[in-house]
Amino acid sequence: MNTIRLNGYRDVSPKGTVEFLRCLAERVRGRRFLHVSSTRHGGGVAEILSRLVPIMTELGVDAHWEVIKGNSAFYTVTKAFHNALQGQDQTITKEMLDDYVATNFANAENLSLEGDLVLIHDPQPAPLIERRSGKGKWVWRCHIDLSNPQRQAWRHLRKYVAKYDAAVFSLPKFAQRLSIPQFLVYPSIDPLSVKNRDLSPAELSGILDRLGIPRNKPILLQVSRFDRFKDPIGVIQAYRLVKKHCDCRLILAGGGADDDPEGAAVLAEVREAAGHDPDLIVLELPSDAHLEINALQRAATIVLQKSLREGFGLTVAEALWKGKPVVAGAVGGITVQVIYDVTGYTVNSVEGAAFRIRYLLNNPDLIARMGEAGREYVRREFLITRHLADYLTMLIILTE
Amino acid sequence: MRHHAEVPFEFSGCVELRQMLGLRAQTEKELVGFLKQVSLDSVYYHTHGSLLRHRYRAGVYSNDFATWVAIQVRDRVLGEQLAVLEPLDFENLDNLRQKIISVIDEHLKSMTIVPRVVYGEPFDFIESLIVEVPTGTKVHTLEEFRRALSEVDDRAIFYHALEAKVRLERKRNDFSAWLGDALDLPSLAAKVEALDPYTGGLERVRVQMLAYCDEVLTTGRDL
Repeated sequence: MNTIRLNGYRDVSPKGTVEFLRCLAERVRGRRFLHVSSTRHGGGVAEILSRLVPIMTELGVDAHWEVIKGNSAFYTVTKAFHNALQGQDQTITKEMLDDYVATNFANAENLSLEGDLVLIHDPQPAPLIERRSGKGKWVWRCHIDLSNPQRQAWRHLRKYVAKYDAAVFSLPKFAQRLSIPQFLVYPSIDPLSVKNRDLSPAELSGILDRLGIPRNKPILLQVSRFDRFKDPIGVIQAYRLVKKHCDCRLILAGGGADDDPEGAAVLAEVREAAGHDPDLIVLELPSDAHLEINALQRAATIVLQKSLREGFGLTVAEALWKGKPVVAGAVGGITVQVIYDVTGYTVNSVEGAAFRIRYLLNNPDLIARMGEAGREYVRREFLITRHLADYLTMLIILTE
Repeated sequence: MRHHAEVPFEFSGCVELRQMLGLRAQTEKELVGFLKQVSLDSVYYHTHGSLLRHRYRAGVYSNDFATWVAIQVRDRVLGEQLAVLEPLDFENLDNLRQKIISVIDEHLKSMTIVPRVVYGEPFDFIESLIVEVPTGTKVHTLEEFRRALSEVDDRAIFYHALEAKVRLERKRNDFSAWLGDALDLPSLAAKVEALDPYTGGLERVRVQMLAYCDEVLTTGRDL
């Protein structure tokens, strides 16, 4: 059960934010704001909605969250569709698309889709627009990287998106040629979630002991799926260049790869590249290891996100929130989170990453200063409270 | 000087929703071409909106056009020429837009090739949709005004000092109008009107206003 209330954010959000949100919400008190997504558990969208919806309700908004249901074939299709929209080569047949649409229409029969504002999250429920009724505004919220979609997949999705009253993207480069208004809303992290809440020294120490992480050397950390776009091999190469000059330890922590053949292959490559270096730790964590990730990020000296391609990359905001400088690839949403020389460094090569890691390790004052700047930057730009203000503003603008 | 105003000052904050216009410039020529087409709300976003962003995101100059040509295109000369423009010197946003266009056009005439982004990011035109949010704080005296000013969110300073004057086209900013008319403090009002948020930021405006208020409260007379 979600017990965190808006007042819980008083000490972590910028001064005056909670009062300001109450004033903002007064303008939309009683209006119905319906969110529709494809899952209630797991993934960033569900994580944020599970907090946003109760807080909206507390603020007097008539907020609801519906979830579409589908069989395993539906989720196989939407996964392929999702990958194609993010630029991967996928074969999507007409039958698959027909099934995707039919599942949505079947859901529409059982869902209450009335609202002053209906916010449909991601491609899975997008065809629900065909079953809109009432006078409410419908907005499609895209959480994925649409900068280079497979044409066929986007052509199909576009048919539905074009019928919405507006769309919301996380970065300007993800926006598309559409005749409807397109808003820019950055995603956010929840500072009170298990992944981001403060940990006591005893709690932190206990988790690190359980994971077998020694703390006698500076820790470089990358948290990400074992995926080639996250360049884990490049991270190992950068660590080796650093290690010639600075004694340190590298931890690569990522989700399990059991159900992902490519992930398993990448993990095997990573283990081979790691060899028998006792200072190179590869941790395979379950997808719900939020507390462990929190502890690892807090234990790190520098956090890396050396992605070659990235959506928004909220792990960067998570690390900045914990006061860590970030050395990361200059791709996707990383470029709006890592402010060069202020909250960390964006880099374009293994050598660039190695240089900046060494530079930081040799300038501990800078690590502290960047850590502080990063936390303050996230406080203002990437917390759930700012996300809530954006959605309430959208409700005002579209329904007045 | 009046100690108690008949009409109270009511503090409002504001929120901004950003709308992407789908116009993406790779060259300075495209930049000026799109600038001629976009709404004044977009000109406002790129010339005043940086004050609503965290200072780390605001860019090296106070307007996005200057920052983009200097950092992404690496055309430092044009960047400096655009940076020096003082938005509040212009009667309205359209005049400001015309000035920016003429500065870029003049610069392009002197170039043999059109400067463009090679390794940097393109310029995405965005429009600013601002919503007023009344805070419920009403004050009648300078003491009350000073106390409230020290506590309000910086978006309230943006709203009363900039939104009121630039987009709502009120003749003076809200603070200055109330201090001058309702409290009969014309010199304090003039000082507040002259404050420059573009180089020092909204917090600097707050600090300077508080100092002026303190001076009046200490001496018991207008500046």
